[in-house]
Amino acid sequence: MTETDTADQDRRDFIFVATAAVGAIGTALVAWPFIDQMNPDATSLALATTEVDISAIEPGMSVTVKWRGKPVFIRNRTDLEIEEARAVPLADLKDPVARNNNLPEDSPATDVNRASTDIERLLVMVGVCTHLGCVPLGESGDFGGWFCPCHGSHYDTAGRVRKGPAPKNLTIPIMSSRSPTVIQIG
Amino acid sequence: MEALRPYEPKSRIAKWFEARLPVVGLVHSSFVAYPTPRNLNYWWTLGGILAFMLAVMIATGVVLAMHYVPDAGLAFNSVDSIMRDVNYGWLVRYIHSNGASMFFVAVYIHMFRGLYYGSYKSPREVLWILGVLLYLLMVTTAFLGYVLPWGQMSFWAATVITNLFSALPVVGEAITTWLWGGFAVEGPTLTRFFSLHYLLPFMIVGVVLLHIWALHVPGNNNPLGIKIKGRQDVVPFHPHYTSKDLFGLAVFMILTAWFVFYVPNYLVHPDNYIPANPLVTPTHIVPEWYFLPFYAVLRAIPSKLGGVIAFGGAIVVLFFIPWLDRSKVRSAKFRPLYRQFFWILVAVCIGLGYLGSQVAEGGYLIASRILTAYYFAHFLIIMPLVSWVEKPKPLPASISEPVLDEGKQAGAGQGKS
Repeated sequence: MTETDTADQDRRDFIFVATAAVGAIGTALVAWPFIDQMNPDATSLALATTEVDISAIEPGMSVTVKWRGKPVFIRNRTDLEIEEARAVPLADLKDPVARNNNLPEDSPATDVNRASTDIERLLVMVGVCTHLGCVPLGESGDFGGWFCPCHGSHYDTAGRVRKGPAPKNLTIPIMSSRSPTVIQIG
Repeated sequence: MEALRPYEPKSRIAKWFEARLPVVGLVHSSFVAYPTPRNLNYWWTLGGILAFMLAVMIATGVVLAMHYVPDAGLAFNSVDSIMRDVNYGWLVRYIHSNGASMFFVAVYIHMFRGLYYGSYKSPREVLWILGVLLYLLMVTTAFLGYVLPWGQMSFWAATVITNLFSALPVVGEAITTWLWGGFAVEGPTLTRFFSLHYLLPFMIVGVVLLHIWALHVPGNNNPLGIKIKGRQDVVPFHPHYTSKDLFGLAVFMILTAWFVFYVPNYLVHPDNYIPANPLVTPTHIVPEWYFLPFYAVLRAIPSKLGGVIAFGGAIVVLFFIPWLDRSKVRSAKFRPLYRQFFWILVAVCIGLGYLGSQVAEGGYLIASRILTAYYFAHFLIIMPLVSWVEKPKPLPASISEPVLDEGKQAGAGQGKS
């Protein structure tokens, strides 16, 4: 009698655990569509590239274009700005990594690694402060580059963070030349 | 006393109904015959005021949702049309927007009341935790609602706050993309914020019911912080506190009405009357006044992740107060040392609020850092330390004693709680 009881108990334990397991897995499976529906939909993903004609951008001029809902700064830098950016020793940088999506992840943040691949004059960056996402103002701040008005991060003429709470340099998006005067972002 | 008796249905219909669903009896025992300490002061009317404000916010919110369009291209203009075209739309919207501010005025007074009179101490720890949870839900709801008009401040508040999550290592980027439904704050973000802004108030209602339940199990704390000893210490909730609450509410509503009718835009930023522009950030962005102290904490820390942790920690620390304060004496009335630190904390919170509205540079930044350090020190160091070294004043023997002995020599009681 006692033996049958124990056997019954074991079988009930098994049924209990099995039911709970199926219930938990089932809940997780049903939960996923409800979580994933919030990720970017097909329309947002379809807008992944933007083409820009750069022929009209003179040295010292900046253009802001919209890519994936974010501003992208395209600046044709002056010789002085490039000189300043080159002169900065890597040891002075808060973030020593290039953050250039066209280069290997660990590339050092030299000016050449920051500038566009074909033209060093041209600096193309996502204009979103790496602190909390505000749009920095051009040609301002302590380093003559960009300054974020929200929480006071300063970027230099190569878009590298030099001061303030931002942890990373401004991101260089994936880009390629479509023709000598047209670049594609994304 | 007649009024403390439980509900007894008189008519046949009332008896029939009560036998099937005793809800009238529940309301009667909770809000009519409910025995309440006889010495509650006006700081205790804020709970009722908060419940009323919640009802006002839901009522006006449901009306606004009838006219508002949660679409990035249409939202800004639909709010404008509420203000200009919808009958009394201006009134409903101004009540809703100023009501949010007044809701926070009430909740901050309510929280400081709890801190002063030790309302978080045993056996009211769960009551306090539910309160902090309600505050968190309120903060979230207010933030989501602020985004809906889709002006410049709305847009950039949404950007900065959602970017707080990007500070998390590894999963940060994925979480922000998931929250946005895109690669930046965009149309999908607005639509989901609207959905959640409509949902959360009803969750608040649910937690408020739990909060009241958790209040009615141990009963109200009171300005003396001592237990109810007997019948002579209590009065029935109705009519004593229904009328006191109503008077407090009337005074509070006068202030609310002054904002709504005379300075409806005093607490908002002019930049929010500019439509959202994802390519330009306003030069000086600040959150609504009720978030300023936390904003100052966020900016005080010179690291992104550190700032976000301090920002969250400033609220999370409140959950642990019941265990950080070791003193057995509840009311600050009998705690000479704690009382002084309480008022310093009030000043520090107001100071942080002021600093949150200023630029984060130079002296302001240094002051923010000092006050942020003090804010955390108050809860983590001062509270446990004070309860250890402080010698509380003797407590009165009962709630009714100081009242009944008024004129005679008071305060001869024993130090019991």
